[in-house]
Amino acid sequence: MTTQAHAARQPHFLRRIFVGEEPMTVGLWGMVFFIFSEVMFFSGLIAAYLALRNDALVWAPANGGETLEVGFRPILFTIFLLASSIPMQWAAVAIRTGNRRALRWGLLFTLVLGTAFIINTGLEWAALDFGISDGPYGATFYLLTGFHGAHVLGGLLFIFTLWLRTYLGHFDAERNTAVEAASMYWHFVDVVWILLFSLLFIV
Amino acid sequence: MATVAPPAATPYAGVGWVSAVLDWATTTDHKKIGILYIVSAFAFAMVGGAFSLVMRTELAETGAILDAHLYNQFFTMHGTIMLFLFILPVSAGFMNYIVPLQLGAADMAFPRINALSYWMFAFGGVLLISSFAFDGGSASAGWTSYAPVSSNTGNNAQPLGIGVDLWLVGVVILGAASTAGAINFLTTIFKMRAPGLTMFRLSLFTWTTLVTSFLVLLATPVLAATLILLFADRNGAGGAFFDPTGRGGQVLLWQNLFWFYSHPAVYIMVLPAMGAVSEIIPVFSRKPLFGYTSMVLALVAIGLLGFIVWAHHMFTTGGVFLPFFMASTFLIAIPTGVKFFNWMATMFRGAVQLTSAMLFAVGFLMLFLIGGITGVFFAAVPVDFALHDTYFVVSHLHYVLATGSAFGVFAAVYYWYPKMFGRMMNEGLGKVHFALTFLGANMLFWPQLMLGLDGMPRRINDYAANGGWELMNMISSIGAFVVAVAVLPFLFNLIYSAIYGPRAPDDPWEANTLEWATTSPPPPHNFDSLPEIRSDRPLFDQRWGVHEAEAHSDGSEPPPATPKDG
Repeated sequence: MTTQAHAARQPHFLRRIFVGEEPMTVGLWGMVFFIFSEVMFFSGLIAAYLALRNDALVWAPANGGETLEVGFRPILFTIFLLASSIPMQWAAVAIRTGNRRALRWGLLFTLVLGTAFIINTGLEWAALDFGISDGPYGATFYLLTGFHGAHVLGGLLFIFTLWLRTYLGHFDAERNTAVEAASMYWHFVDVVWILLFSLLFIV
Repeated sequence: MATVAPPAATPYAGVGWVSAVLDWATTTDHKKIGILYIVSAFAFAMVGGAFSLVMRTELAETGAILDAHLYNQFFTMHGTIMLFLFILPVSAGFMNYIVPLQLGAADMAFPRINALSYWMFAFGGVLLISSFAFDGGSASAGWTSYAPVSSNTGNNAQPLGIGVDLWLVGVVILGAASTAGAINFLTTIFKMRAPGLTMFRLSLFTWTTLVTSFLVLLATPVLAATLILLFADRNGAGGAFFDPTGRGGQVLLWQNLFWFYSHPAVYIMVLPAMGAVSEIIPVFSRKPLFGYTSMVLALVAIGLLGFIVWAHHMFTTGGVFLPFFMASTFLIAIPTGVKFFNWMATMFRGAVQLTSAMLFAVGFLMLFLIGGITGVFFAAVPVDFALHDTYFVVSHLHYVLATGSAFGVFAAVYYWYPKMFGRMMNEGLGKVHFALTFLGANMLFWPQLMLGLDGMPRRINDYAANGGWELMNMISSIGAFVVAVAVLPFLFNLIYSAIYGPRAPDDPWEANTLEWATTSPPPPHNFDSLPEIRSDRPLFDQRWGVHEAEAHSDGSEPPPATPKDG
């Protein structure tokens, strides 16, 4: 990589927040604050989950275990979702140097992996032998996975819109706030899933 | 500074009232959105106020006129409307109008999201009020909507109807609107400040907007989660979250989650009023604000402490750790006291001008103090055990919100009206409004303190004749009607002054902050040019010249001289 290309690259958003080499754009500030509010939303849901679970006399799905049996499929699709952060970040880094072709492919890979995760959530729901009305266990399980799924779906719509916009000639090395905001949001949704997966399937 | 305003940029010009309606309905101008918020909020307040008159009529004498279920709907919707559809949006309206001007910005950071917030608020409000049209009426579980009263599962003999579901959906929409607004304000304040306007040169009103927005941002999503859980409880989950008689839910979970939002919400509702008062008192005392830095730090301290005191609403449940929440609640009195002493020190030996705005600001100090001190009573666990759920609580919260927040709102109206509409308000009518409101509010709420000490419970539609409660209830009801009458000169003044009031100059009060540096009302783009910003009082510097201002930076007013600009 030449020095010139190096100079054209903008610093990473974490660097911009904590080091402040280059001020974040107005849009990115908005996304940071939005993610704050989302963190508090999931905190509310998780607080309810922990409170109910802590005081429950019996906390078990219909199969009698402490938590769900971690099958092969949830692990596989968790890996899919976590892996989808890589092409997303690749896309966001690529557009900083004006590489719209790489951006397009990165967004497309992210879309495929995210969609696979959503489909799996549906399959998982269909296979389970308990419902939302089967006590606190079922109610918290479906609300937590459901709200996470809704956030993944929202992120997919966001990324799909960006993917379409690349064909309108949008985004270049200077104007890419929306891509960077989408990547921040997508990483956030991934982190939430790590937490939920640990709570629902492991702990 | 004053330049001729360019012709208003109305994209639908030419079709008379149709163009005006389309212009207001599609506007993304923070000033128009601010006025929309304020006008809608006052319209909703009329409805909420009418409900309170019905309740005071019911309680004036013994014997029930309304049946209990209808009475429950009235007090539920009175609380909901006054909090979510009056105090919060009217504050949002002033923040919308004033904050970008005080920052020297052309608009908010996200103007279209700003318009979205307003229309979500309007839709949520209409949805809430429409619930009266449905079978079973509106929500009737109180504005706190405690489970299992609000549940329809388990052993609940009289489950409440669809009104509660509409209430839940409506409040979630209002919460989403105010969260989007908070994101907007925070981004605006951090990113859109004029050159030279550092954080510690921001006006106090902008600082309160900043802290309030952080509280909204971090507390409201938890409320949304809570309301969604109750909605799920009522529609499918079968009481798994909050109804222990259903499928193993917890009632205290509702209270913990609800108050985690609703205690910070008290500060969300009162801090903007404090911010307005902090602007008004220095201007009409002709002195700089006493202790600017301590004011800001006290504000931040109130915001932080607000998150660790929620369980003081739940002392009598037996499910919370009393010493911690008692101590943390007492702590809030310290930053609040700092603010009070700063306001009084600002007025001390100032050339106080008792305009309508200043009267309401001083009225705020006097009556909010009663609300604050009765709050300290409740922080003490033994007192709370005695007074919980009595009229003492009702009186306390009304001294905080009705004579606190709403007095701040009235002060803000009298102070900023000339900027918004380019006309001066009638001071005589303003003073009549203040005198009647001050008298009526004390007649209304002081007897309720007595009733609370006598043990009269809240949320009842009738009481026995031999309890000794008749006289105080009658005085309180008369007070309610005095306050209602006081609204008439206010409304007349608002409309009359907009048409016949004398033209307002750019800076009618000789104030300090940037909103007075532009025309009244400001042009769509707000500023043609900005004064140099070297302190937290840029207009004072401009009026007297920076050098003289620095010579008097200890707070003394310069000797009378011809202002250099004006």
